[in-house]
Amino acid sequence: MRKLKGINRKAAQIERHLDELRRSEQTGAPASEGNEGDHDVVGLRSGSPPGDPQIPLGCTLIFAPGWETDASGGTAGLCQPVERDLFDCHLGCFWPAQVPDQLNHAPDWTSRCAAAEKDWRNVDLIFP
Amino acid sequence: MSTLELEAREFHRFDAAGSSFVYLVPSAAVFRLDETTEAILDHLSAGPRPVDELCRALAGRFAEEEVRSGIYDLMETRAIGPRGAPPEAMPVEVPSEDFPLTTMVLNVTAKCNLSCTYCYEYGEDQIVDQTSMPRYMDEETARESVEFMLEQAGDHEVVNLTFFGGETLLNFKLLQSTLAYANRRGAEEGKRVRFSLTTNGTLLKPEVIEWLADNDVGVTISIDGPKDVNDQFRVLNNGMGSYEMIVPKVKKLLERHTTRPIGARVTLTQQNLDVHRIYRHLVEDVGFWEVGFAPVTTSSCHSYALDEASYQRMLEQFRELAFEWLEYAVEGRHHGFSNVRESIEEIHKGFSKAYPCGAGLGLVGVATDGNVNLCHRFAGSKDHQLGTVKGGIDRSKQAKFLEEHHIAYKPDCHSCWARPLCSGGCYHEAQTRYGTTSAPNLHYCDWIRSWTHTCLEVYGALAERNPSFLHHFEA
Repeated sequence: MRKLKGINRKAAQIERHLDELRRSEQTGAPASEGNEGDHDVVGLRSGSPPGDPQIPLGCTLIFAPGWETDASGGTAGLCQPVERDLFDCHLGCFWPAQVPDQLNHAPDWTSRCAAAEKDWRNVDLIFP
Repeated sequence: MSTLELEAREFHRFDAAGSSFVYLVPSAAVFRLDETTEAILDHLSAGPRPVDELCRALAGRFAEEEVRSGIYDLMETRAIGPRGAPPEAMPVEVPSEDFPLTTMVLNVTAKCNLSCTYCYEYGEDQIVDQTSMPRYMDEETARESVEFMLEQAGDHEVVNLTFFGGETLLNFKLLQSTLAYANRRGAEEGKRVRFSLTTNGTLLKPEVIEWLADNDVGVTISIDGPKDVNDQFRVLNNGMGSYEMIVPKVKKLLERHTTRPIGARVTLTQQNLDVHRIYRHLVEDVGFWEVGFAPVTTSSCHSYALDEASYQRMLEQFRELAFEWLEYAVEGRHHGFSNVRESIEEIHKGFSKAYPCGAGLGLVGVATDGNVNLCHRFAGSKDHQLGTVKGGIDRSKQAKFLEEHHIAYKPDCHSCWARPLCSGGCYHEAQTRYGTTSAPNLHYCDWIRSWTHTCLEVYGALAERNPSFLHHFEA
C-alpha cells in the first residue's frame, strides 16, 4: 500500500491480508488466510499491474434503478435506452454484451454512430 | 472510458499531530492518509464522482498515476467503493457454546454498610429486590462457583475471579477461604486464578490489607473525590459522610500493597462534576495509581442524573485530561486517567464489537444464592439469569440472549461510526433507562461519539509522536 499507512493492529491485519492476496495472484497459489477457496471474486482483476486502481467493471456491480427494468417490470420506460451504453457493455464489461462480428461480418455496424449518446438509434439489428 | 462512479463508504476522519487519519467502519482499522488520499476523500465528501472526473479534478495537484494509486488503496481498504454498492454485511455469528469464561464476578454479599444515595443496587433504580437474596454467600456456593468457573474456562490458562458485593469485605471470611480453595483447585487443573475486588474501603483493617497484599489481590476503591464531593452521596446509614473513615485506610493500603495497581472508581453526578479536582485529589493527595470515571447509572428523573449540559462539561474535562495523558505517554510516563487508556487500547487493537461487553459470554456474575447472571449488576435478577453454578449455563437461553443483543439487531446503531467500540453500550444502563437490556443507550450517543473522536485524536498523535508507547497495549 503506497498511499495509506496502517497505524493500528487491525490496519496491519488488512495490509497483511492484501499482500497475501496479491502474492497469491502473482504465483497462482491460494492465499493462506481464510478458508481454502474462500476468496473474493473480483472482476477483471488479474493482470492489472500493481498500483493500478483495481476497479470492478460492469453494470452488475452497481445498483442503478431503472437500468434493467422499469418501475412496472417491463422495458418500455427505462430511464435510459439500453443501446446508450452498448459500447461500455461490450468493450469493458467482464460479462460482455453480445455484438455483431465487426471484423468480418458487419464492419460498418457502428459507422453511422459517431456519438452513442445521440446516434444510438443508428445502431441497428444485424441479420445473418 | 470508465463510467464507474465512486462514493465514500463508512469511516470517520480525524486529524492529529499535523497528519490526517481515517477510522474505518466496521473494520475499526486506523490508516494515515497522504495528501492524495486526503484530497480524494475531500472530493468524495460532496457526493459520488466518476473516476475520470476525480482524476481530472485533482490533475493540477497530483499526477494521474498518484490519484489512481490513491483510489486503488482506498478501494482496497473499502474506505470508498462503487456508488450504490451494498453496505458491509453484518453477519450474526453467535459465539459457540464452548466460548471460554475468562471472568467470574462473585457477589459474596448482598449487604452494604453504606447508603449511597445513587446506588443502583439499593436505590430507587434497583432491578433486584436485595432483601429477597441471601445476605451472604455461603461456603458451599462459593466452592461450587469456583468449580463452575474452572470448568467453564475451557482451555484458558488464566481465569479472573472478582469479588463483589454489596460491600465485598463484609464477607471477608468467605474471601479468604474461597481464594485458598480457588488457588488449590486452579493449580490442580493447571490454571492460574487472578483475584481482584471492589470495595468502599470502610473495612480495610490492617489484617485485611495484609491479606490483600500477600495474595496479590487487585483492588478498586469506590470513592468520589475530596471530602465535600465524596460525602454528598457516599454516606453511612446515619447520613454521615464516609470520607474520613475511608481515606486513612486507603493510604495504608497504598503504602503496603504495591504489587498490583490500585485504582479509584468515581461516580459522576449532576452535583459532582469537577473531574480535574477529583482526579488531582485522588492521584496527588491520596496516591491512587489510576482513576476511572463513570456517569451515574440512573433514570433521567433523578436530581443527580446528568443532563445534556453536564455531559458536555464532563466531556470537555475528559478531553483536557486525555491530552494531558498524551503528553505523559509521549514522554513514556504513566498517567492515571484510566478511561483514556482503556479506549486507546481498544482502538489500538482494532476492536469491532458485536456486543458492548463480555457480559453473558466471557464474563458472568454470580449472585449470593449461586444463580448465574449476565454480570454483577444483574446478580439476583430472575429475568437476566443464565443458569446456576450447580446446574451450569442454560445454553439455549444464552444463545437467545446473544442473538437478540447482537449489534445487527440494533438498527439505531447502524449509521453510527462509533459502533465498533460502543456497540450500543451497557446492558444495565439500558435496563435502567429503557426497561430492556436490548435497547441501545441513545441518551449518550453524542457523548460517546465525541469521546471516541477525542480518543482517536490522542491515539493518532501518540502513533506519530511516540509509537513505541503503543507496545504497552500489545499484550
